[in-house]
Amino acid sequence: MIPGERHTAGRGSIELAAVTKRFGETIAVKNIDLKIPAGSYCCLLGPSGCGKTTILRMIAGHESPTEGAVLIDGENVVGSPPVDRGTAMMFQSYALFPHLSCADNVAFNLKVRGVGKAERRERALEMLARVRMKPFADRLPAQLSGGQQQRIALSRALITNPRVLLLDEPLSALDEFLRLQMRGELRRIQAEVGITFIHVTHTQMEAVALADLVVVMDQGQIEQAAVAREVYDRPRTGYVARFMGGQNVLSGTVLSREANTVTIKTGAKQVALSAPSPAPATGSAFEAAVRRDHIRLSRAESNDGQPGVNAVTGRVAGIEYQGTWLKITIDEACGEEFVVNLPDRIFFADPLTIGEPVLARWDADKVHFLDSNAKASVGSAQAGHSEMATSERR
Amino acid sequence: MQRDLGKRPWTFYALSAFFALFVAFLYGPMSAIFVLSFQGPTGGLTFPMNGVSLRWFSALFQQERTGDFAGGFTRSIALALIVLSLTVAISVLAGLAFRRRFVGSTPVFYLAVASLIMPGLLVGLGVGLTYQTLELTPSWYSSALGAQLTLTLPFGLLIMFAVLSRFDRAYEEAGRDLGASNWQIFWMVVVPILFPGMIAVALFGFTLSYDEFPRTLLTAGAKNTLPMEIWGMTTNVTSPALYALGTVTTLVSFVAIILSLGSIAIIQWRRSRGPMAAKMALANTQAALTNE
Repeated sequence: MIPGERHTAGRGSIELAAVTKRFGETIAVKNIDLKIPAGSYCCLLGPSGCGKTTILRMIAGHESPTEGAVLIDGENVVGSPPVDRGTAMMFQSYALFPHLSCADNVAFNLKVRGVGKAERRERALEMLARVRMKPFADRLPAQLSGGQQQRIALSRALITNPRVLLLDEPLSALDEFLRLQMRGELRRIQAEVGITFIHVTHTQMEAVALADLVVVMDQGQIEQAAVAREVYDRPRTGYVARFMGGQNVLSGTVLSREANTVTIKTGAKQVALSAPSPAPATGSAFEAAVRRDHIRLSRAESNDGQPGVNAVTGRVAGIEYQGTWLKITIDEACGEEFVVNLPDRIFFADPLTIGEPVLARWDADKVHFLDSNAKASVGSAQAGHSEMATSERR
Repeated sequence: MQRDLGKRPWTFYALSAFFALFVAFLYGPMSAIFVLSFQGPTGGLTFPMNGVSLRWFSALFQQERTGDFAGGFTRSIALALIVLSLTVAISVLAGLAFRRRFVGSTPVFYLAVASLIMPGLLVGLGVGLTYQTLELTPSWYSSALGAQLTLTLPFGLLIMFAVLSRFDRAYEEAGRDLGASNWQIFWMVVVPILFPGMIAVALFGFTLSYDEFPRTLLTAGAKNTLPMEIWGMTTNVTSPALYALGTVTTLVSFVAIILSLGSIAIIQWRRSRGPMAAKMALANTQAALTNE
């Protein structure tokens, strides 16, 4: 057996324990704990500079954590080189060697390990066939399209038989059509080889479509780590709700409270909402989210006045046709952007026009309470846990 | 009113005329020398041509008549090849080192580049004096070699900076990721990718050394390099052999340039989509050389 070839299906679980990474004065990653189960597809999602790529590079061994441990299959790998970790990385630029043919690129790992020429070629062609690139074996990378280059990069990484494949924004260089196609292909290949994939992206829908586990990050910290549906439907914090989109966040200070409702001041408006019991104290911060597609719209007399509990008034500011639905933006509804997604049949039955005052209403059970002191309070998150993974702070 | 986009502005013609003048100044005298080097056996240093012959070329290799041309030529080529190898090796390694901002990297860089500004004659004088003080015998392969490196190394370093600024570190990381040792990364990834840039450095090292005069004048010792030999000839040779010498040395320079630019273009062509991109690469290299 050749050293380095020790992949067994189902291995490749990852644990980050209290990992911090500093670059000089800046802190890229702040005391992170994360568990990624073996054989899962995990997406690290966040805006640029949130630390997601640094985490990937620390797992890959191209960066060392300033503090904390990185465990792969229970073994601390900090300080050991990438090959010994059983990881392989696909770079954002693909980093295909421009002077080598596709087959030689794919066979690079075999060459440095001293595998003979004939066997190298044979195994590289085998791997290329898996991504349907065998006819391009003797081309140079510059002669291929972006999508083809990516397949070569993927085969080059997979030929090392890794336990974990790390993908740094793998789809960002492709056009929309190819991106959707490659997205499906990545998922197919992951299921086929059965190893852990960790995929860094800043595109919400990419993460939601691909991942078993979505890790939403901001400023070097994990905001939420959960299955895609939970992150999208039950965001833990206002940040996650806003970043994932699809939610309206109602955020403000509590003016008054009753048995199961609170009135909050948000922007220039007062909004009455269902509240958890016990309701938060007067004067405290309160945040809740309502999905854009869980809201009903009707015409109103004016855009002020008291619309009652679980409703806001406002003025139609924008209407965007999206095919099966319409995106209606409403101004002066709350302190921030308020959007309603209406099915096209409902909208066109009685079309609204821009500038019209409207009443937006939702059911009490559609109000999702957010952890408004997310950064300070720890472990109180109601949506931060899932059967897939947990993320906790210390 | 519609503007005729096909019509060229007057500045186009003015600048073209200026360029034509530049070419005439550059190649006019050279072609006169080239033509006169084929002067007939009874011809003199000036036009008209008295027949055509290769007599002056053969005269070059008769030592007693024209000075030690063959010896100077051999020494210059040998020295240029030594300078080329050292310049490539040191510039590449120094360029790689400068990518990490090591302590004192900025002063070191300025110290290295300052030797480009220093008058070559003074550098040569200094080296010569030092040799005398230390009672060492100056020669073309020791003192002159060092004096020439003070010119070629900063040049090579600057070229490597330009080359490395376009070198993606992800290549090295990919090599490491795929299990290559540092040594394997250097030879199997870094060197092949930087190779076209290394050829450019080699070309500079070779041509700068081959016709270097001020630094070599006072450091070459007893045996002259070719430029020294030519300098000597201009004062005591009064035949067209001098022109033959000019033609031969110019041809050597041209061959060096064609070889290196040609190989860069071929490499770029192989790595790109086809002949068009190779042309572009060649044009870029030429532009870089002309800027010098």
